[in-house]
Amino acid sequence: MSIKAQIYAVLFLLFGLTGLPVAMASTLVYCSEGSPETFNPQLSTSGTTFDASSRQIYNRLVEFKPGTTEIVPGLAVSWEVSKDGLEYTFNLRQNVRFHNTAYFTPRRAFNADDVLFSFNRQRNASDPWYSVSGGVYKYYNDMEFNSLIKDVIKLGDYKVKIILSKPDSPFLSNMAMDFSSILSKEYADTMMKAGTPEQLDLKPVGTGPFKFVKYEKDAFIRYQAHPQYWRGKEKIDKLVFAITVDPSVRYARLRAGECHVMAYPLPTDIKSMKQNPSIIVDEQPGLNTAYWAFNIRKPPFDQVKVRQAMNYAINRHAIRDVIFQGTAKIATSVIPPSIWSWQGPDSTYTFNPDRAKTLLAEAGYADGFEIDLWAMPVQRPYNPNARKMAVLMQQDLSKIGIKANIVTYEWGTYLKKSREGEHQTILLGWTGDNGDPDNFFTPLLSCAATETGNNRSFWCNQRFDDLISLARIELDQVKRKKLYRLAEVIFKQQAPWLTIAHSVRYQPYLKNVQDLKIDPFGGIYFTGVSLK
Amino acid sequence: MPQLLLRRLLLVIPTFIGIVALTFFLIRLAPGDPILLIAGEHGVSAERYAELQQQLGFDRPIFIQFADYLWQVLNGNLGISVVTQTPVLEEFGKLFPATLELAILAIILAVVIAIPAGVLAAVKRNTLIDHSITAISLVGYSMPIFWWALLLILLFSVNLGWMPVAGRLNFIYDIDSVTGFMLIDTLIAGDREAFIDALYHLTLPAVVLATIPLAVITRMTRSSMLEVLKQDYIRTARAKGMSESSVIFKHALRNALIPVITVIGLQTSILMTGAILTETIFSWPGIGKWLLEAVYRRDYPVVQGGVLLIAGLVILVNMAVDVLYLVINPSLRQQK
Repeated sequence: MSIKAQIYAVLFLLFGLTGLPVAMASTLVYCSEGSPETFNPQLSTSGTTFDASSRQIYNRLVEFKPGTTEIVPGLAVSWEVSKDGLEYTFNLRQNVRFHNTAYFTPRRAFNADDVLFSFNRQRNASDPWYSVSGGVYKYYNDMEFNSLIKDVIKLGDYKVKIILSKPDSPFLSNMAMDFSSILSKEYADTMMKAGTPEQLDLKPVGTGPFKFVKYEKDAFIRYQAHPQYWRGKEKIDKLVFAITVDPSVRYARLRAGECHVMAYPLPTDIKSMKQNPSIIVDEQPGLNTAYWAFNIRKPPFDQVKVRQAMNYAINRHAIRDVIFQGTAKIATSVIPPSIWSWQGPDSTYTFNPDRAKTLLAEAGYADGFEIDLWAMPVQRPYNPNARKMAVLMQQDLSKIGIKANIVTYEWGTYLKKSREGEHQTILLGWTGDNGDPDNFFTPLLSCAATETGNNRSFWCNQRFDDLISLARIELDQVKRKKLYRLAEVIFKQQAPWLTIAHSVRYQPYLKNVQDLKIDPFGGIYFTGVSLK
Repeated sequence: MPQLLLRRLLLVIPTFIGIVALTFFLIRLAPGDPILLIAGEHGVSAERYAELQQQLGFDRPIFIQFADYLWQVLNGNLGISVVTQTPVLEEFGKLFPATLELAILAIILAVVIAIPAGVLAAVKRNTLIDHSITAISLVGYSMPIFWWALLLILLFSVNLGWMPVAGRLNFIYDIDSVTGFMLIDTLIAGDREAFIDALYHLTLPAVVLATIPLAVITRMTRSSMLEVLKQDYIRTARAKGMSESSVIFKHALRNALIPVITVIGLQTSILMTGAILTETIFSWPGIGKWLLEAVYRRDYPVVQGGVLLIAGLVILVNMAVDVLYLVINPSLRQQK
């Protein structure tokens, strides 16, 4: 072979090498959207962090069945609730092994001490672990576990009792949330003794389907299947998160075969993805609601007819088509359809400018008025472009004689000022945490939430409030659904919001990926997934 | 020469204090609050907010916070990231090699092409060659980097499949990070295939990153050469009967290089501070993206510490350029 031919041969070999698809069949590469803040889900509220930690590495006592909001046993085999709804006794699973990693070799199986450790760290300010890694347990506090959980008691090596201060039907759902993940006490003790407690949060050890191997910030996370996983070893041997911040690049990597599954596609790319024969796009309505809230403390929004008029004035179909590129569901309820208490389609309010005008005239505003319309400065899961949405709404409003001035602030300031009630009307939204309807009603529309300011309408209706409080302590799901139906009737009639849309979540992946389930909470799980 | 360096070093002290003060107050003047941003739609209660402020040390009067920060910096402590709870210096140390590796490659690529191209354009002044080089460098200089990078990815990675889309190494290789430089680490690991794969991964980002410096250096070399070629000593050299190549490379280029080196120095410091767009598109784990994200999240310690470290690097590069002047231009040496 001449030298020239040899060079060509080498070049050919090189090009051939890089052209190879990602790897051997047992390695799955996921193009994720960013770096996790930590590997301890107790310390974070970010989905990116949960995807990288709790959803691959850890288990909870109870868990959501993959792809649903249904509760199934996790590290607890079974549980009993006392009649007054105040005491939950969990029977723990035996012979559950923690990960054996390069940095820790567990010597005992999972037991009640691990449960106590995981909750006490977040619960007791006097716990030596409380202040480690900043000690901010936001989700634990957001879900009101700080006031709800009175005590966590060990009744035996495999029996734990949690005592609540009041009955609370979303409690079990909250126990399936990421911050309720179970960490190893044995590992924690070892790290504390070594004087490096923060390692617990950076180099995780859990009981989950995958064990942590290596992390390089902004580059990748490597995992390996946990050989002694109590649900059985995963089919995927190695799992890699390839951190890829830009959504167009994630798509390019998927097309080039550099990853098998990608996070958060751009709405504008969905069409081309669906046309690509090697890509599958699953979809599901997201667990979120975008809304427009009217501050009833500021006239003219103290009048029901004005608020109702607003509900007739806005063309939500146009918003869906322009802002969401047709990829959203118009919201006719406070909660999205994926929650069990959703009451079905509702046609109380449709786009009807004439009806809006009549209502305004009846309220004494035949000549219209001027309002402030606050629009968020950032993209959120429930609203890809609030400012553009506000412009569309501005045009609709001008048709019924209302001049809307669009107002916006930096995101933190926006949330703070509106919490203090400075706005007249505001665009905002909510992403569900635990799949329970209470998780939308109480934080956003209760009388108590007018105090914290999370109720941006400052609307406090005693009957509505009584209904949602009753629903919160009622344990029977059928009765709860009825209570929520009554509450929603009041909500529609009083119209403190215009409910706008539930965005749809898309999950693109390559054809050779099997049994990937789209998660209603917006996360990603690789348990049960295999490669063809 | 040592005297000049000493004077430079002394100037560094007030510069540093100025940078510390500026970043500290500027980032706090910008609206936004890390606690509120972390809280998002959920919000925090007033008591909890006060508690968090105290934990993070944001509840103290701002001048006391500043004095404390300055003291910590003087002790070599740049603080801990509010978001990740990791020391700023540690994060910087892990990300900087990636930025540096890419920057070095890009600047080498730029210089190797730009200087000959600039010289050629100057020598062939007003010919088709000159016009083409000038036009191409103008296009390069005005190129929107984001678009250019995506274009290259679509062409070479997605359609032709010759180049990887993003990242530093194919995930079939698991190379231990020793130096943080992928080319060196793969050599240490003795994995030839991985080394070649790392080179492939470097190619597109380096080309993208080199585009603007390439254009700038080409134009600078050309105009500087034109300036020098008009000088009397060039005419003298030619009159002496020296060969044209000796005139151009020995007499003209060496003198023309002085402003070019200034530009190379400036471009190098820009590249070392992290190329946000290039790093984002090629998923390159460098400091540009890190710093940008910290600004978004109002992660004060990272912004302050990151800017300070980068400022230090820029000062270092500038000093290196000063030393290079002395090496290249003997007349400067004699003045001192």
